[in-house]
Amino acid sequence: MKTGIIVTLAWRNLWRNYRRTLIMLLAIVLGVWAMIFMTAMMRGMVDDMLESGIRHLPGHAQLHHPLYRDDPNIVNSVPQLTNHQLKQLQNPAVHQWTSRLKVPAVISSEREVRGIVLLGVQPQSEAAMAFDISQVKEGRWLESDVDKGIVIGAKLAERLETRLGKRVVIMSQDEKNTIAERGFRIVGVYHSNDVALLEELNVYAALGTVQSLLAVEGNVSEIAFNGEDYRNTQPLMAWLKQTDLVLSGGELLPWHEVDSYLGTMMRVMDGFVIVWVLIIFLALSFGLVNTLVMAVFERVREIGLMQALGMKPTLILVQVVCEAFFLLLIGLLAGNALALLTIVPFQSGINISAVSQGMEMFGANSVLYPALKLKDVVVANVVVIVLGVAASILPAWRAASYDPIVALNKN
Amino acid sequence: MAVNISIRLAWRNLWRHKRRTWLTLGAIIFSNTLLIFMIALQQGSYTMMIDNSLRAFTGHMQVQARGYLDESKMRMVVPDVVQLAGEIRAQLHVKTVSARAMGFAMASSEDRSFGLQVTGVQPQFEPKVSSLPGLVVRGHYLKNVDADEIVIGSVLARNLKVDVGEELTLLGSGYDGSIAAVIVKVVGVFESGMVDLDRAVAQIPLRTFQQVFSMNGAGHSVVIAAPELDIVDQWRQTLSSNISNENMVVLSWDELQPGLKQAIQADMSSAAFMYLVLVALVAFSVLNTQLMSVLERTREFGIMMALGLKPGRLSLLVLSETTILAGLGLLLGLCLGFCITLYLSHAGFSYPGMEEMAGRFNLPSRMYPTISCLSMLLGPSFVFMGSIAAALYPALRIHKLQPVAAMRAV
Repeated sequence: MKTGIIVTLAWRNLWRNYRRTLIMLLAIVLGVWAMIFMTAMMRGMVDDMLESGIRHLPGHAQLHHPLYRDDPNIVNSVPQLTNHQLKQLQNPAVHQWTSRLKVPAVISSEREVRGIVLLGVQPQSEAAMAFDISQVKEGRWLESDVDKGIVIGAKLAERLETRLGKRVVIMSQDEKNTIAERGFRIVGVYHSNDVALLEELNVYAALGTVQSLLAVEGNVSEIAFNGEDYRNTQPLMAWLKQTDLVLSGGELLPWHEVDSYLGTMMRVMDGFVIVWVLIIFLALSFGLVNTLVMAVFERVREIGLMQALGMKPTLILVQVVCEAFFLLLIGLLAGNALALLTIVPFQSGINISAVSQGMEMFGANSVLYPALKLKDVVVANVVVIVLGVAASILPAWRAASYDPIVALNKN
Repeated sequence: MAVNISIRLAWRNLWRHKRRTWLTLGAIIFSNTLLIFMIALQQGSYTMMIDNSLRAFTGHMQVQARGYLDESKMRMVVPDVVQLAGEIRAQLHVKTVSARAMGFAMASSEDRSFGLQVTGVQPQFEPKVSSLPGLVVRGHYLKNVDADEIVIGSVLARNLKVDVGEELTLLGSGYDGSIAAVIVKVVGVFESGMVDLDRAVAQIPLRTFQQVFSMNGAGHSVVIAAPELDIVDQWRQTLSSNISNENMVVLSWDELQPGLKQAIQADMSSAAFMYLVLVALVAFSVLNTQLMSVLERTREFGIMMALGLKPGRLSLLVLSETTILAGLGLLLGLCLGFCITLYLSHAGFSYPGMEEMAGRFNLPSRMYPTISCLSMLLGPSFVFMGSIAAALYPALRIHKLQPVAAMRAV
């Protein structure tokens, strides 16, 4: 019963000075909206960076020769997966894997010479993990491990002044440091959905073909694995470490260590969310405390009277805190609703191609998909309600500690 | 006299509710300090991003053949590049101009082969436009204009397994399609700390390059470094009007590295959104305070109007209260913001994970905010204007008051 009255009192007090309450509400709504909206936009950008980054690596975990990352040379390769190891990979923690040879090479057409990265890939598993086949706009994707053709980017084709069906020469160093070279027919031309820079750099050929070109039959540069979710590589890594893979002397790393920029990005983003939410909250809290201080100040006599009539100071404290709680709650509801309303229409992506090359520097695409994460919404709401109520305790405590006689006599 | 009274009234009114005024001031000071720091940090990092990226290799401006930027084909040349560089030096009265030529070659050491972009540079002028020559950690930079020498990045040296004093064979195709081959001696290894650059850049003297690649005196670009960004546009105009060859274009840094400018723009627009939200929140705080202070003084205003004060004067009173409030916030925020930023501009500022992030944008791992008039005043002046704008509604409400009814208001 008592709580019922306190709640009713707090609710009515809130609307006594409706202008002040409305202004404060507006401020809270704006603050909460900004917290959620901005976070969703940034999250969208970072998620996109991470996902396309992981697609290029590719994989959630990679196995290399320990020296390969610093010195991507054919000498630093690891043996291909054995049948025994393949059997071990049959585990729910491992979703996909693929092996690749990845070496720097030189490509030349009749007109031009370029430096590229030659990727010897297993066409099926590569397509499942890393390369979206729909990117191949002309010709076809590689068909088997011994396919004799290559697939190059449209940009590279343009630079080389060559096209589908033409022959180009690829040169690279083989294991004995002699220059291995061979002609390839261009069987496919792709347009990269991700960062356009790769179109000029990555040239795909079949793994077996590249192995025989470089005289490294049975060896690969990297083996990439996909697990359940890139955010949690723990189960995948744990299982891989149990297998014979580690015995081969390779270096097994999760994606956030293979590409420390990407890994850092994820952590920095989490930090950013907290900092941003706290900054907005601080800016809000001045107004909130102000509103409550004034609300208490106006009612000093009334509070004195209630105390004189026997109301316990605790109840007065609860009443003021309740007022703050209601104010915050309404603000949060409206703020969340507004954030949803403004984010949902953009789910299909916001075109920011005006700064696409800048976004490429960050590693992101030119279409921004806002990502509304439950976690972020919860953080924003919890911070506002918990810290907001905490901030209201000071004025509430002051209200509760008035001396009834002094309060009653106040002007 | 009348003005004096207004100001005194405003000042006293302001301190009637000390706590309220301080809380509002707190909001203003908080935002001002934050804005000053953030804008100074942004300014500092943008300048460094631009400087570090441009001074490393690209330069602030380049003269190239039309289309070379997009297609960078060997045959899109600047004829008589050394002579053109000399003319530009004379036109701009600076020494920071250097000619370059670029070609692709397979570099082979005893153990390794690697395809790479070889740049022909003028040894005497290159150090003036690029920071790489100064970063040589072993050996020395190129000295002779036509020696068979090469300077390479440290990662490249490691990957090729060569060091100072050893030889590299370069094999590529020349301007006329002939085979370009030369044996060069590694005389220096530089380390910029940017892995991509240290893996990719190899420089030989321009004259050697022209002979090996049968360039016939031509090159691919004239690189110009400017002492500051602001002068680039002016120089660009001077050069554009002076270069008579139709096939040549003058490009400035934002065209040479469009990603750089756009990354800054993208960062600026998201930052602008954050700042606007902050300013709006402060404005709400001020609106609340001023509206309350007007409402609780309804009777007082009624009496003053009955005594013959025009509503305009009263509005002015409310506005001057706000101005004093916002002005105080501005001053205190400036002091606090200045102190914090000044301290950090000496001590530097770091954030967990910034090292990896910074490397990507050619930034050092500690950031130093830049104190300037712009970074000091931009944010606070928006907060100031926002506060005044927020007080307009309460101030104008006074015009609706009827003296008699107002005097009776509770």
